Amino acid sequence: MTAFAVAAGAGAGIGDMFAHPFMRYAFVGGTAVALAAGLVGYFLVLRSQVFTADALSHVAFTGALAALAAGVDVRLGLFVVTVAVALGMGVLGRRGRPDDVVIGGVFAWILGLGVFFLSLYTTHRSGDANGQAGVSVLFGSIFGLSAPDALVTALVAGAICVVTLLIARPLLFASLDEAVAAARGVPVRLLGYGFLVLVGATAAESTQVVGALLILGLLAAPAGAAGRLTTRPFTALGLSAAIAVGSVWIGLTLSYAVPDIPPSFAILAVATATYAATFLTGRRRRPAEA
Amino acid sequence: MPGFSWNIVDDIRDMWSVPLILNAFRAGTVVAVIAAVVGWFMVVRRQSFAGHTLALVGFPGAAAAVWLGFGITGGYFATCLAAALVIALVPGGGRRGGGAESATIGTVQAFALATGMLFVALYRGFLGGPTSLLFGSFLGVSRRQVVALAVVGVVVLAVLAVVGRPLLFASVDPDVARAHGVPVRLLDVVFLVLLGATAAEVSQITGALLVFALLVLPPATAQLVSSRPGRGMAVAVLVGLATIWVALFVAVYSPYPIGFWVTTLSFGGYLLVALYRRVRPVSAR
Repeated sequence: MTAFAVAAGAGAGIGDMFAHPFMRYAFVGGTAVALAAGLVGYFLVLRSQVFTADALSHVAFTGALAALAAGVDVRLGLFVVTVAVALGMGVLGRRGRPDDVVIGGVFAWILGLGVFFLSLYTTHRSGDANGQAGVSVLFGSIFGLSAPDALVTALVAGAICVVTLLIARPLLFASLDEAVAAARGVPVRLLGYGFLVLVGATAAESTQVVGALLILGLLAAPAGAAGRLTTRPFTALGLSAAIAVGSVWIGLTLSYAVPDIPPSFAILAVATATYAATFLTGRRRRPAEA
Repeated sequence: MPGFSWNIVDDIRDMWSVPLILNAFRAGTVVAVIAAVVGWFMVVRRQSFAGHTLALVGFPGAAAAVWLGFGITGGYFATCLAAALVIALVPGGGRRGGGAESATIGTVQAFALATGMLFVALYRGFLGGPTSLLFGSFLGVSRRQVVALAVVGVVVLAVLAVVGRPLLFASVDPDVARAHGVPVRLLDVVFLVLLGATAAEVSQITGALLVFALLVLPPATAQLVSSRPGRGMAVAVLVGLATIWVALFVAVYSPYPIGFWVTTLSFGGYLLVALYRRVRPVSAR
């Protein structure tokens, strides 16, 4: 039934989908974020730091709400808070890699703080629909991107991609064999911090598109799928970015065709389905474990 | 109910004269004890990420239950237990470590949240949005819910009492345990199911996002104090109870949500103990 609706809606709607400016902005912003998330996500999975990204995405929630409550630009709050916490967690953990309990403890508290800001915001600034601000930060509002928003998003995401690709080689070395890389003179610690900053920036960036709670899907699912499909690092890196971008495109189209489906859900559903499909291909090759 | 006076005993009496708040205290007590004990094992096993994911999975369950008109409690338990089985049974899942495993957990988590979002979108007429499902509200715990929490809690503790010893062995050194004939794989699955049930319980008080405040922080604090299992668990339970009681007390008299107080208190406690330990390292265990 729903499949029919999707098919019918897509057939009628795809042609004039790009006639709507908000769809164009969503595609520009979504593609940029997906590229960055796909690239960063690959290293995240390789380094077994998915949990760190999870924590940072929750931190993004607090950052955005703190900015809202203080009345400053949301983007500023997002970036400052996530990058600062990323570095802080790196310092608390060993060798630029935060450990389990530190991450869990920090982000439980940060989330609590987010709730505090949410209640400050909703009680002291009437006008906004109650709780709506929190929900859109948590689950994203990609269709709400304006032209300047999309442009800034694309620029920042582009910068993240470029930096990731620049440090890709040494980072790969440091991720696969930290001790040997350190012995060869690769600045392992510095790379660890640099990478955390990248993850923080990606989390802040994607919050506007898929929401603080759902970034993890864009980071983990494409990278996980790519890791199962190939063992060659740079192929997997490209594949991961491609799957992320594909998920965003298909997801946006789906949610345009069936307005009842929130775009964030559609994007994640596609990414998850892709990852699940790689389990069914029967190739049981062990992915590279960090 | 009269407002806050500095006479704490009177305040508590006032507070407990309201059945709603009394229920919240009962539920909070049950939840704090289970979370501390199960959380202690979770921290030892380094499965915090799995625990966090299981907690978040409760959100779509609860949202679906609201959308379809079932009881929220059932929704939490159904999805948390189902997700525990998925994580345990997916190849390579269930065991800590590996990047591939964490990718699986991360994907399960994000997808679950997205599904919850879908249910909320489908339901439309939500009471104040999904905020209370995510961040908890202590008002609105019914008597039946308290009973359900207590029953599940007793079952969880009973199972843990039976498997506790081999589980600890398998958690600390899985290889040696396997060589001694301990069914490590089975214990992994059993523990994840216990963790799922616990996460479902805690979610109902703190909301899906803040389960960690009771699940991770009290045990982590306890491990700074003592590395012996029995004493560690006892300390964890005490810290958990103190956290939830003080948080409820403050939340009743302040305009800010319970989630904020629970997380702040438990993190503050952890930080204090960690600082103390840094100044004065463990001398005799």
